[in-house]
Amino acid sequence: MLFVLASLACQTVEDAPSSTPEVSSQQAAVGSVVAELTHAPDVPAATGRTQPTKVVVELEVRELVMPIADGVEYTFWTFGGEVPGQFIRIREGDEVEFHLQNHPDSKMPHNIDLHAVTGPGGGAASSFTAPGHASQFTFKALNPGLYVYHCATAPVGMHVANGMYGLIFVEPEGGLPEVDHEYYVMQGDYYTVGKYREKGLQPFDMQKAIEENATYVLFNGSEGALLGDNALKAKVGETVRLYVGNGGPNLVSSFHVIGEIFDTVYPEGGNNLNHNVQTTLIPSGGAAIVEFKVEAPGTYVLVDHSIFRAFNKGALGMLKVEGDEDLVVYSGKEVDSVYLADKASANSGEKAVAAAEGLSSGDLTPAAQKAAGEALFAGTCSTCHQADGAGMASVFPPLAGSDYLNADVNRAIGVVLNGLSGPITVNGTEWISVMPPMSQLNDDEVANILTYVYGSWGNSGAIVTADEVAAVRAKGGQPAGAAH
Amino acid sequence: MLWWLLALRVAVPEGSHAPFYPPTPELEKVAMPAFMLDDKPVTNAQFLTFVKANPEWARGTVSPLFAESGYLADWMGPKSIGALEPQAPVVSVSWHAARAFCQAQGGDLPTSWQWEYAADATLSAPSGARKDPETLQQILNWYAQGGSALPGPVGQGQPNHFGLFDMHGLIWEWTLDFDALPVTGDARDAGDAERLRFCGAGAVSAADTEDYASFMRLAFRDSLEADYATSNLGFRCASSL
Repeated sequence: MLFVLASLACQTVEDAPSSTPEVSSQQAAVGSVVAELTHAPDVPAATGRTQPTKVVVELEVRELVMPIADGVEYTFWTFGGEVPGQFIRIREGDEVEFHLQNHPDSKMPHNIDLHAVTGPGGGAASSFTAPGHASQFTFKALNPGLYVYHCATAPVGMHVANGMYGLIFVEPEGGLPEVDHEYYVMQGDYYTVGKYREKGLQPFDMQKAIEENATYVLFNGSEGALLGDNALKAKVGETVRLYVGNGGPNLVSSFHVIGEIFDTVYPEGGNNLNHNVQTTLIPSGGAAIVEFKVEAPGTYVLVDHSIFRAFNKGALGMLKVEGDEDLVVYSGKEVDSVYLADKASANSGEKAVAAAEGLSSGDLTPAAQKAAGEALFAGTCSTCHQADGAGMASVFPPLAGSDYLNADVNRAIGVVLNGLSGPITVNGTEWISVMPPMSQLNDDEVANILTYVYGSWGNSGAIVTADEVAAVRAKGGQPAGAAH
Repeated sequence: MLWWLLALRVAVPEGSHAPFYPPTPELEKVAMPAFMLDDKPVTNAQFLTFVKANPEWARGTVSPLFAESGYLADWMGPKSIGALEPQAPVVSVSWHAARAFCQAQGGDLPTSWQWEYAADATLSAPSGARKDPETLQQILNWYAQGGSALPGPVGQGQPNHFGLFDMHGLIWEWTLDFDALPVTGDARDAGDAERLRFCGAGAVSAADTEDYASFMRLAFRDSLEADYATSNLGFRCASSL
């Protein structure tokens, strides 16, 4: 069978249009420097240069077995010994003398296609290098922006899937505004024969890769790369810039930082600025720059918001922010209340179950009624009114010594059956709150609960019967079991 | 010492081969005449005997045009393999040196088509290794591993249907026409090299784009020059019947 190998087949690559800015291409390079390369999550310092110069870049390809997750190893093919590859930072107009070295222990030939290169293959053909050899080519950085580089040796997908990608940032003239922290984050998807987190050395699975069925989706090449002690760090009030790339080989990233809003995004790593962005789309073989100021302390989680990847394939990272809380920006939890709606269940606890069983035997003495009511109260009422009937300040009124309760038994039955919306005055305090109807309770249960409540905490000691409850329910309350 | 007798050269019968890059789009299969091929890669012991008999191929003596500086780098001396496994395949050997070895015995390196035809045999059939997912995965696993460890002795596994050992999983092997294949340095751009041969016919094709193992062999061969001495690269010899 015959498949078309590449759609480029008969195109002349030489015809590719160039959007070269005239000024930059004509600006002559002055002097020479050796580029400082960094491993993720670090980013080289700004060049600080006002002139283009000749920059020598030396990048070494290594094929290495490294952890991809806890107890799981993978043979990564790397630019610089780690995934993602080392970060390269140059300036618009620089002339880059690029040296690609393929370690003698490599089994594969490799090359590099830098998306920052204007020229056929982005350098790939010129940098094709056998194990134990090195290649050199030179290019002029005509266009500023954040670019992906990757290996383009056949089969390309496998070289990329094994981790052969990184970022090169071509600073625009004048550089970017200063920030407190710059970090390098790059997403990639991985395809292993074993399942997610299956222990041992896992080989590449070609079929899963073709089907785009990723086993792992990771930031910076391993599941723990940005977690725990490896988390990115900042202090309250500081500005953070993330250079975010996506190596693929297959998946597009919905990059999001939980709890942050990107003040500025350079979408796709280009010149346009976008502001107040929640999630930015980063294509495979693409990049974006995001900037934000951290206003509140805590842990901010980096995710691919294609969210199963975050929770089941490893696409998680952390930014830990230290400093003082600003309660205006973020209060922290102010209230933790139980929300029952009208689905509150009489059977939501063991005590309630026991009480229900006790009731099945028929009529009860007031003491037995009170005991059964106590069990039901624990399962139904105490989460709000509290086990000691004291309620909770400003939210749930007290039952203990409550003048509102003791004043009218039938009103109390009605409140249990039909619920109650404030305002009401209890012991001289006004309460504005909502109690859901407890109409799922049957007449006996309501009678027992109220008998327990009236018989406790200094209340009147009234005995409530099922007949009284039935009478109130008949007057317009809901029938027993209505909530179910 | 009749060292060449240690290598058994077996007859690979005639048949047909489907090249990864067909010579023309219409010609998916080519007829392969029968030929002879070493059943195992050439070993350190065999190559040492050759070097002793032909000192112009010793490390340090060989012309730098014929072998780069890493030539036989793992050997202890120009005429000593030291503690290396004698039955391990010789690696870090240039194409020129490999050819000289084969020609000294009245043979030559196999062509790429001969090598691929011979390597497509499974344990039980004359062809099909490239189409068998399990075999393909095993080959890929070896290709994907780093190559820092020296290869072990030859002939340890099962021979394929033609009686050949170690066609996969031990080393890369030189072919006579390693540089004649239409893979460019940029694998996605099959265009430029292909165009020379096929563009007029309007087809650029690989026989099977899921055959990653073949892609990798072609890419590897294409990265080589004839003087290269690469640490996972050895050879075996062929001759006509």
